[in-house]
Amino acid sequence: MSTLEILFFALSAFALVSAIMVLVSKNPIHSVLWLILVFFAISGHYVLLNAQFLAIVNIIVYAGAIMVLFLFVIMLMNVKEDKEPQKKLWVKLVGVVAGGSFLLLLVALVKQTTQIEGKQVLLKDGVIGLIHPLGQVLFNDFVVPFEISSVLFLSAMVGAVIIGKK
Amino acid sequence: MPIQYYIFLCLGLFSIGMVGVLTRRNAIIVFMCIELMLNAVNLLLVAFSKMYHAIGLQTQAGSLAGIDAQIFVFFIMVVAAAEVSVGLAIIVMMYRNVHSVDINFLNRLKN
Repeated sequence: MSTLEILFFALSAFALVSAIMVLVSKNPIHSVLWLILVFFAISGHYVLLNAQFLAIVNIIVYAGAIMVLFLFVIMLMNVKEDKEPQKKLWVKLVGVVAGGSFLLLLVALVKQTTQIEGKQVLLKDGVIGLIHPLGQVLFNDFVVPFEISSVLFLSAMVGAVIIGKK
Repeated sequence: MPIQYYIFLCLGLFSIGMVGVLTRRNAIIVFMCIELMLNAVNLLLVAFSKMYHAIGLQTQAGSLAGIDAQIFVFFIMVVAAAEVSVGLAIIVMMYRNVHSVDINFLNRLKN
């Protein structure tokens, strides 16, 4: 196995185990911390794919901003782990079975698909993940969606303030 | 690296998020699981973009094929940030009204 494969499998196992721990943890703060680890693992995948811009944005926006917002809200609410009501056991079982059969169905589907057979993902090479080409495309071809997203942010900010003030 | 490995990884992450949405009652955890599903989709988009980039480089040197997917991932992150701010504001409002973040209380919205 090459170094890249070892890194890929290690990061994948790390991401999956952390994602499972998000569900298993009883304390919501532990869930948030495990989710931050998932985001770091996904950022590692982006670095492996040479998508450097997205790796940094993922860490800054998700692990840096969004998860801190979650932590603030949880700490404001003072949610205790023993107070959290649990679903009934059979409802949990049904949820796990539903998710598992969804996974099974799509894995079987992907295994049968012939169009993607033998297609390789380009690791560590390729320039499309770097800031220079991405910025060129973003500010030439996608400048209108970029500006519209600022309006979206403004409306989200106004909405959050109005909902929070009531 | 074959594209199938990335598809299986992202399917695993997505399914874990789905199981979380179905089995937990804490609204914040449910919301976090939705973020997890969004991130799984983002990773899959980047993997496919690099797959198409590899194909594009074979036909034409210096091609930028597949760069649209990375722009798309960037916009998904933008929308996710806006969504989280509004969603958390709604959860805080719900906590102020019913003093709980249990999603079973949300069925009282209809009254």
